Amino acid sequence: MPNYYQPEIETASHEQILAWQNERLIKQVQHVWDNVPYYRKKMEEKGVTPADIKSVDDLHKLPFVTKADLREAYPYGLMGKPLKDCVRIQSTSGTTGKRVVAFYTQHDIDLWEDCCARAIVAVGGTKEDVCQVSYGYGLFTGGPGLNGGSHKVGCLTIPTSSGNTERQIMFIRDLQSTILCCTPSYAAYLGETMKEMGLTPDQIPLKAGIFGAEAWSEEMRQDIQNTLGIKAYDIYGLTELSGPGVSFECSEQSGMHINEDHFIAEIIDPETGEVLPEGAKGELVFTAITKEAFPLLRYRTRDICTLSRKKCSCGRTHVKMSKPMGRSDDMLIIRGVNVFPSQIESVLINAGYPANYQIIVDRANHSDTLDVQVEMTPEMFTDNVGVIKKRQSGLEAGLRSMLGISAHVILVAPKSITRSEGKAVRVIDKRKI
Amino acid sequence: MIVHQISIFLENRAGQLAQVTRVLADNGIDMRAISIAETTDYGVLRLIVDNAEKATNILLANGFVLSMTPVHVVAVPDHAGGLAPVLEALAEGDLDIEYMYSLFTHKEGKAYMVFRNSDEEKFISLLEAHGVKLATKEELGLK
Repeated sequence: MPNYYQPEIETASHEQILAWQNERLIKQVQHVWDNVPYYRKKMEEKGVTPADIKSVDDLHKLPFVTKADLREAYPYGLMGKPLKDCVRIQSTSGTTGKRVVAFYTQHDIDLWEDCCARAIVAVGGTKEDVCQVSYGYGLFTGGPGLNGGSHKVGCLTIPTSSGNTERQIMFIRDLQSTILCCTPSYAAYLGETMKEMGLTPDQIPLKAGIFGAEAWSEEMRQDIQNTLGIKAYDIYGLTELSGPGVSFECSEQSGMHINEDHFIAEIIDPETGEVLPEGAKGELVFTAITKEAFPLLRYRTRDICTLSRKKCSCGRTHVKMSKPMGRSDDMLIIRGVNVFPSQIESVLINAGYPANYQIIVDRANHSDTLDVQVEMTPEMFTDNVGVIKKRQSGLEAGLRSMLGISAHVILVAPKSITRSEGKAVRVIDKRKI
Repeated sequence: MIVHQISIFLENRAGQLAQVTRVLADNGIDMRAISIAETTDYGVLRLIVDNAEKATNILLANGFVLSMTPVHVVAVPDHAGGLAPVLEALAEGDLDIEYMYSLFTHKEGKAYMVFRNSDEEKFISLLEAHGVKLATKEELGLK
């Protein structure tokens, strides 16, 4: 028996969804034109006015918004509402200069929480459930989003936030949590810990998990499902668009339904920007058609995936996106934090090291590790090991303050990092995802 | 008298040390002392060789990162209790020793110790005050 939070929306006909999208897009373009001078200028440069946008078919005429725009317009430049009408900000896990601050009106929060509520109901959540939200609370959207969705469904919500594994397990057992929301790596870690404690899946009351904010594999899904004795579901979202709940998995566990009444999805060629036909693999672009305070049009996510309109057995009619298969830029997501190799490079250069480096990302104990190999140079070398160590830890401190996560610096012999013929291979990602 | 020690950066992985000794062997460099200061990821190899200048040029040409470090070599009686009075004299003078290791060379009842310390003048005057002699390059057969 399929469950929907808003059945009339989630199972609406394609024509109906399109009608909503057309109407809302026209309204949204006018709203942005009237209230976001930054984007209006971009439209003017492209020679587009709101009159040119009569339906979703005209979407391709609009200019893209990129992460660079978000940086340039930081903090208020892309707002669609005055500050007095906003009630909340959330921010990405990003770092100095790359941080994204998104604004929300109460209406925006309501719609965002609706999206999260749809995800919870899709995994079988009802008001009978106890929903433990072990995503971080605070600026990160994971905790607040699922918390709000859980309230809307009427679940008993346990806002544990992330960390303190012993306490997490205590709540799961003592308060009989049935739904767990957290990152997949944390779910795997909780599972391992409970296994070590001698708990078998039938002793764990959980029945479903909603896991997002990082990429994870089918193998990892199987692992989590087996150790916790649950069904594990993916959820997708970006702070720029609201947070988790832009799309979510249903009982089929084969791709995530995009909430098309709020977000229009396109797949483009990341090189040319051209819109690709349905089913093609390319960069995912979203247009937020209901957001008031932070109304991004044609926002380039940099995530590479495919879209599918194949009929879904759950009864939902909204288009499904595949798990992101990679990114069209060089951004890495390490422990949920966005990391650009250029940030690492700037720390090295500022500290007097050469730009010969290699970033090695791996996984140990269900957590990402970040090693930065740096070649020793005559200038940085001294006979005194204490001094070398001090420089090494200075570099690690610099990386931590730039990236917001810790990195291990490994000093290697000169010329030991492979020089490639063309583009340097800066990143070795050994994570099996 | 100052002796030139060659300090070489080595990554902590198999074969690194062998590369250095192979290069030196192929060029007929004779090693007189070896010491390694290591951490988990890397180490600093310290060498006294018969011809420091030649060895340095060869190692640089082979892509090693190195530095020349001035050290002193002290002759101590080669019997039980030979080193203790020297170190005691330095300790009484409140002199910090950064590191110390021994030469392979033994001669006429003498053993040789390499010293790297924070204050060279003080080091030499403390040794002189206690009648301890620095070895000469000639004595050690170093160029």
